[in-house]
Amino acid sequence: MSRFGPVATGLLCLLLFFAGMQALIDSGLISRYIVPPPSEILQSFGRVVMEENIGRRFLVTLSECLTAGVMITVFGVAGGVLLYRYKLLQQAVETWVAALAAAPVVLAYPLFMVIFGRNSWTIIMIGFVAALPPVILKTLEGLLGTRKVLINVGRSFNLSASQQFWKIMFPAALPSIFVGIRLGLIFALINVVGVEFLINFGGLGQLIEDLAERYDLPGTYAAICFVILVSVLFFMAVEKLERWLRPVN
Amino acid sequence: MLQTTRSAAADAILTAEDVAIRFETAEGPVTAVDNVSFRVRQGEFLSIIGPSGCGKSTLFNVIGGLLAQHAGTVRVGGETISGPHKSIGMVFQEESTFPWRNVVDNVAFPLELTGMPKAKRLERARHFIKMVGLGGFENRYPGELSGGMRQRVSLARTLASEPKILLMDEPFAALDEQTRLLLGDKVLQIQQHLKQTTLLITHNITEAVQMSDRILVMTYRPGKVKRIIDIDLPRPRTSDIVGSEEFGRYVAQIWNDLREEASRGLRDEEEHVLHHERGGASS
Repeated sequence: MSRFGPVATGLLCLLLFFAGMQALIDSGLISRYIVPPPSEILQSFGRVVMEENIGRRFLVTLSECLTAGVMITVFGVAGGVLLYRYKLLQQAVETWVAALAAAPVVLAYPLFMVIFGRNSWTIIMIGFVAALPPVILKTLEGLLGTRKVLINVGRSFNLSASQQFWKIMFPAALPSIFVGIRLGLIFALINVVGVEFLINFGGLGQLIEDLAERYDLPGTYAAICFVILVSVLFFMAVEKLERWLRPVN
Repeated sequence: MLQTTRSAAADAILTAEDVAIRFETAEGPVTAVDNVSFRVRQGEFLSIIGPSGCGKSTLFNVIGGLLAQHAGTVRVGGETISGPHKSIGMVFQEESTFPWRNVVDNVAFPLELTGMPKAKRLERARHFIKMVGLGGFENRYPGELSGGMRQRVSLARTLASEPKILLMDEPFAALDEQTRLLLGDKVLQIQQHLKQTTLLITHNITEAVQMSDRILVMTYRPGKVKRIIDIDLPRPRTSDIVGSEEFGRYVAQIWNDLREEASRGLRDEEEHVLHHERGGASS
């Protein structure tokens, strides 16, 4: 199979989906006042880009997600290592961290606004808190899952505790850590855009809220496409970073 | 006789004296290994063979310094070991290459720990990669290699640390018989070339006879020394020796010793399963 095969098949599926939606809307089976036809969404891209200052909004959302992403990586991995290192702490808080992963943190936005004010830090901090648990949990899982024989190899070479961690346990846990970071980025992006929408501040979330308020549905969906673009960019960057840190799994 | 024992003790690079290992289990204390004593001479290839459950791998962990809770002493060059010893290089039964490092970086790992400059350690690593017959695969990752090739990478990595004693725990157990024989040839070749003192833990009689100067036969639980057999086959050896009459005689002799132990192990396992079933049914 050609390496372009899966990409081409994916694009074909997407085109078929849009064609199907267009047909359903044109035939009146789906109301065009609820779901705009794909052709109208496509036409609205130029207008959204020219009139709504999309470049700046895109960069605002991107930088908020990037800040939250860096924070979840630093604090999440450190938290996972801490829980691995101190068993009592792990037994005490692991369930709470897992519970936090399922909590709708976004609903606590008034509290964050009181603490940080109506600015980007409220958005970043909600993204950070909501996205932290998967990184902590997957880091812990990766470290706990290091194969015993690899640890024994390290012991047989008389590795110090720090060498054992950096040369064996951390690289062995990297695939799991990256699963956590990917999950965390999804959580962060959803929450960043969600809070921008809720507090009508910042980048693409605010634009989506403005366009929805104006009942500009094609524009709203076009703005959502830019959110997807942010997500794609993040995933590509994370994949590159993972390949660099661990070339083969 | 006393003189012979003294001279054997003086020759010995590794000595195990009255090694005993006991575990606490849910069903009470279990003696895995009981009063095992033996010596390994400089440059010798000694195999320890026994049925499953005789405590071979536990003994491997004790000699390698990975298991501290045991009675008796293990000495390397007269020094009692209390943890992993720099003179002992271990090759494990399970696949133990680092999947995130390519072959050359895997093999260079112990050299990296010594702080050797990169160019020099890569050159040394390539030397050991060639020795195990993996020249040309330096930049491959373990995921791209077969099971036998991965075990050879582990062997090269351990050899790169230039241990005085090579300690191997059934390194080819997961491989098919033909690959095992051919890799046995490779190990023999390396052992003879380096005059490497080697201690092999195995349950495979052919492998043990093919490679060893002496074979220590263990009993089923608790693992004790049943007999030590000198293998008086000519060296240098290859797997061709497998077809010889003397080879067959040694295999038959060891099987005679092991058959009773292996049968005892099987009976014990069956009773264990039945006991658990009865326990499960009554509860």
